[in-house]
Amino acid sequence: MGIESAFGDGYVTTTVDALANWARKNSVWPMPMGLSCCGIELMAMAGPRFDVSRFGSEVFRFSPRQADLLLVAGTCTYKMSKVVRKIWDQMPDPKWCIAMGACASTGGMFRSYPVAQGIDEFLPVDVYVPGCPPRPDAVIHALMQIQEKINHHSVMMDK
Amino acid sequence: MPVFEEILSRIQSDLSDSLLKSELYRGETTLYIKKQDIVSVCKKLKSDFGFNFLADVLGTDRFTDDDRFEVIYHLRNLTEAWFLRLVVLVDEKDLAVDTVSSVWKTANWEEREVFDMYGIKFNHHPDLRRMYMPQDFEYYPLRKEFPLIGIEGSIPLPAKE
Repeated sequence: MGIESAFGDGYVTTTVDALANWARKNSVWPMPMGLSCCGIELMAMAGPRFDVSRFGSEVFRFSPRQADLLLVAGTCTYKMSKVVRKIWDQMPDPKWCIAMGACASTGGMFRSYPVAQGIDEFLPVDVYVPGCPPRPDAVIHALMQIQEKINHHSVMMDK
Repeated sequence: MPVFEEILSRIQSDLSDSLLKSELYRGETTLYIKKQDIVSVCKKLKSDFGFNFLADVLGTDRFTDDDRFEVIYHLRNLTEAWFLRLVVLVDEKDLAVDTVSSVWKTANWEEREVFDMYGIKFNHHPDLRRMYMPQDFEYYPLRKEFPLIGIEGSIPLPAKE
């Protein structure tokens, strides 16, 4: 009683891009980079109430080599910036990045000497999420923006 | 159990040679100690009065012409629940205080923090390196003349691509 009963012996036509993008956008595995309080909202996003698995992103990978999406949640200090960058460099292409919260986006209220004024000073950020901290549904919205972005990728052409 | 006020007058008479002044504010006692006597005073407070816990060492920058910096020691006697604050005034021309890490080992890291933030050196310290900032950082961030946002380019960020 699976899909094969509807198709019978027939076939479907599609493009490589459509198939690959469909697969990619529904299995965006995040690398959670919880640097401060935003990390708590990040956990809520993965929990049963907000349930990011509805979008195929419930598989939080704590190894950058298995992740597609770097979710930087929280205040990034100068000291931590080298670590974040190293993790980003270890992630295989194609990869995306979300700056979650005011601190990751701009430095937030920490306009002071130890805090990097936005992770976009050393990372290519795809989506910024405003809020201090943002609600989990705002992060899910950012994830949907990433999915939208993936939809416009081309597998054959370089990004 | 002896009352702290009685003990305090004993401390003050015992340390009278090293004492500059003492203050009482909201039930907390602050003793200003001569800089050269800080180690002997701490030793005496630990052995004779049971101040067995150094809760904190911190610096302040008062931004004054003389005695610009202060090094402050928070002492506790854990059995009697006493609290005592010692203050040493440090002039900008002679930015060095003797270390008390021979009295309480915990002073090692706390003095490193004061050194990192204010540039006050601690004589005979076993391991006087910076605590938070990079080892080659040239500035002392909690000094008043240091800009809040930091000095651009003083801590390098990774390259974007």
